[in-house]
This record gives sequence, C-alpha cells and structure tokens, in this order.
Amino acid sequence: MILADVWVLEILILVSTGLAAQIPDTDKLETDKPVPILTGSIGNFSFVTGGQNLIDSQINPILLVPLGDNWLIESRAEFEGQFQRPLGGGPYQGPVTKHVDYAQIDYIPSPYVTITAGRFLTPFGIFNERLYPVWIRFLQPDPLILPINTVDSDGVMLRGGFPVNGKANMNYAAYVSATSIGIGSVDSERHVGGRMGFFFPGPRLEVGGSGQRTLQDARKNAFGYHIGWQSSKLPLSMRAEMARSYEGSGYWIEGAYRLSQVHFWQKAMRRTELVARAQGYYVGEIGSDGAANLDLPSADTREADFGLNYFLRDGLKGIVSYGRQFSSAGNANQWSFGFAYRFLVPLGRVGEQP
Amino acid sequence: MTTTFRAKTLIATLLCALCALTLASSVFAGSSAKGKDASAVAAVTQINDTDSMRVAGEQRFHANCGRCHAAPQKFPPRMMATILRHMRVRATITDQDRHLILFYMTQ
Repeated sequence: MILADVWVLEILILVSTGLAAQIPDTDKLETDKPVPILTGSIGNFSFVTGGQNLIDSQINPILLVPLGDNWLIESRAEFEGQFQRPLGGGPYQGPVTKHVDYAQIDYIPSPYVTITAGRFLTPFGIFNERLYPVWIRFLQPDPLILPINTVDSDGVMLRGGFPVNGKANMNYAAYVSATSIGIGSVDSERHVGGRMGFFFPGPRLEVGGSGQRTLQDARKNAFGYHIGWQSSKLPLSMRAEMARSYEGSGYWIEGAYRLSQVHFWQKAMRRTELVARAQGYYVGEIGSDGAANLDLPSADTREADFGLNYFLRDGLKGIVSYGRQFSSAGNANQWSFGFAYRFLVPLGRVGEQP
Repeated sequence: MTTTFRAKTLIATLLCALCALTLASSVFAGSSAKGKDASAVAAVTQINDTDSMRVAGEQRFHANCGRCHAAPQKFPPRMMATILRHMRVRATITDQDRHLILFYMTQ
C-alpha cells in the first residue's frame, strides 16, 4: 500500500517534470487516420540440446485496433507446438499450446502518460516487453533469467516517455496487478512494480532499472537493471540485463554486429549479422524444484552462445547458433536452426506507399 | 518491527532519490530552455521546416527503432500511424519522437 503510494507520487513527479520540458507543436503533422492492423511473427526452429532435437513451431499474431485519436486496443496470442521424438524412438510428438500474452486497452490522455488496463506484459527489464518476438531477438533461445518476474500482469499500468532536456529522454512504467495466471498451480498473484529508464539519443545509450514487490503471504522484492547501446559509427548493438529476486539472480549480455562494412561479398555481407550472448543464472531461495517449475534452470548455470542471422528480406531471417551450457547439473551443447518472419496486414483501406 | 523499520528506510530512500531526480530533471530542462545545447544530435527544439523535420525524423527513427530491432521498411501512412501509436506504448518513445518519425516514414 505504501509502495503503491510511492509509485503514484513518482508518476506525479514525472508528469510535472515532463511539463517543464520543451515540446514542439507537431500535431498538425497527423492527417492520416490509423487503420487496424494484423501483425505478428512466425517462427520454425530446431533446438538440439545435448543431442536431443526439439522442433519448435510458433505463430504470434498481434491485433492492433486504434480508436479515435487517443485509444488503442492491442492483443498478442501465442500458438506454439514443441515436438520431440520419444526416448525409445518413434515419430515426433508433443504439446501444442495457446496463450494470450496480452490483451489491453491503452488510453493516451496527454503526451506524457498512457493508461493501460487489462492483461499486459510485465515491464520488468526490457526483454519481456520489447525483445521477445522471434523476428527481433538476436538469439532464439530464451535468456536463462527470462522467467524471473515476467509472468503476465492483469491490472492497470501508467507509462510514458518524455524529454527531460536536449540530450535525454525519460521513460517510465508503474503498474498494479491483481491477478496473474501461470504461477505454478496457484494461478493467482498480486504485485506492484515499475520501471524507469533514460535514453540518450546522441550516444544511443539507454539505462534503467526495474522493481517489483509481490503482495502475497511472503512479500518479496525483486530488482533488475538494463542497458542498451547502439554505435553510431559501427553497425553494432549491445544490450544487457541483470535481475535479483527470490527466484534467483542472473544476467545476460548480448551483442550483434552487421557485416555491412566488410569489403567483399557486400551484397551478402550486409544481410549478415553475427551475434553472441553470455549469461548466468544462480538459484535463489526458491530452490531447485521451485526454479524448475518456473522454467528456470534447476542448478547454477552459465552459458555462452554464438550465432549468425541472415536477413533474406525485411522481416525474414534465417538463424543458426551454437551455445555451450555449464551447469553443476551437467554441461551441454545447444544448436539452433530455423527462420523467423514478421508479417503485417492492414485490416482496412490504406493510403499510398510513400 | 525490524521489517517495518526497513520498509520505512526503503521508502525514505526512494523519496530522496525521486526528489533528487526531479531536481536534476528540472535543472536540465531549464538549461535546455536557455539554448545551451543546440548541437545535440536529437535535440528537443522547435522544428518547423520540412527538411529539418525529415532529417530530425530520420535521426530519431534510427535512434529509437534501433533500440530493439533492425530498421523496417516504410509502410503506407495509415499503417504507419497505427504502428507508431503501438510503438509509443510498447517502447515508451516520446510524443515528439513519434510525430517526427511518423513524418519521416510517410514522406
């Protein structure tokens, strides 16, 4: 309750701070009414871990329905099939799951605030909200710490971004979730939390932190930090996260380098991206069994991954990667192959292509 | 008792941090208003003419969109309007950046 008050206070401060910043009047630019869109991604991957092959096929449609000038309804679903051969041999078989990742309505009452209600992706760190789609992520295997405090939230959220001066933008999100689905067999959880970050457009540097407090019988705090950087001189992107919570702690750091500056085979090289990730997870108070229930490693684990992405066209890429996992439960190699595709379909009449 | 004390200490620390943040932001906003930093790459300044808006929009397009993904192609204006509204919420880009990127992407 007290922390909730703190978040409300934070929002008020942020809004008042934003009002002090200099915002140009560019409303006159917008003459084209937005049209509903069906977008999303399709992926088909083969993950070979310790010699065991897993075929993962998924489609993640996103529906965007703008209403008037200030409203947006958005929803993403996930349909995923994971197929393996039984240990004794035989044809591939496995479950096909479906899940609504988010179904939310956004109201934008001012340039500084967006009010979101419904089911939304929990803004803890940046991967869950912004980097999860298969066509966006550098490497297809999830980071080890992804399950930490990123279960979907059902509630209300305030968020936004505004310039604080000529060199920095601030962004924030604060939320209250009354019910979450997917925590083991309990299927219910209350938590409050928020994220704050600064983006410096000049050096293209983003830093921020997240916090969450679980309001169940055992009140638990979780903290996370993130950083992202894109070089303006090299086709290089770096980003990292760390998290510390009851469920455990860990980090990941990854980078991508587009070979557009290589002087030979330029047509192919500018479509090629080298990627790498280093990460670690350390089991928390939840214990090995609890960690495994949340899809976290059941033992302290470190992992290094290297990969190559080849962009066949805008939104379509082929991927291959190799990773080595070091764990007290046993080391393993992990190979992945496949493709990821982003689609975008208007659900109405659109204007001319610029 | 100890837990309550820790909670109060945590809240007091948060409040102090927020006050410091607000003060710093206000100082920065004030210095911007005085025009001390006109050379910033993506400076928050009044942009009126079409060419400047296009250049600023392109800069902000690469800076903001590159935070997460490779630069996408341009789409028809009504689709871009929806995409930018979605990105404003998802990526918490500023309202001004959204306007300028939309202008650049629909030229």
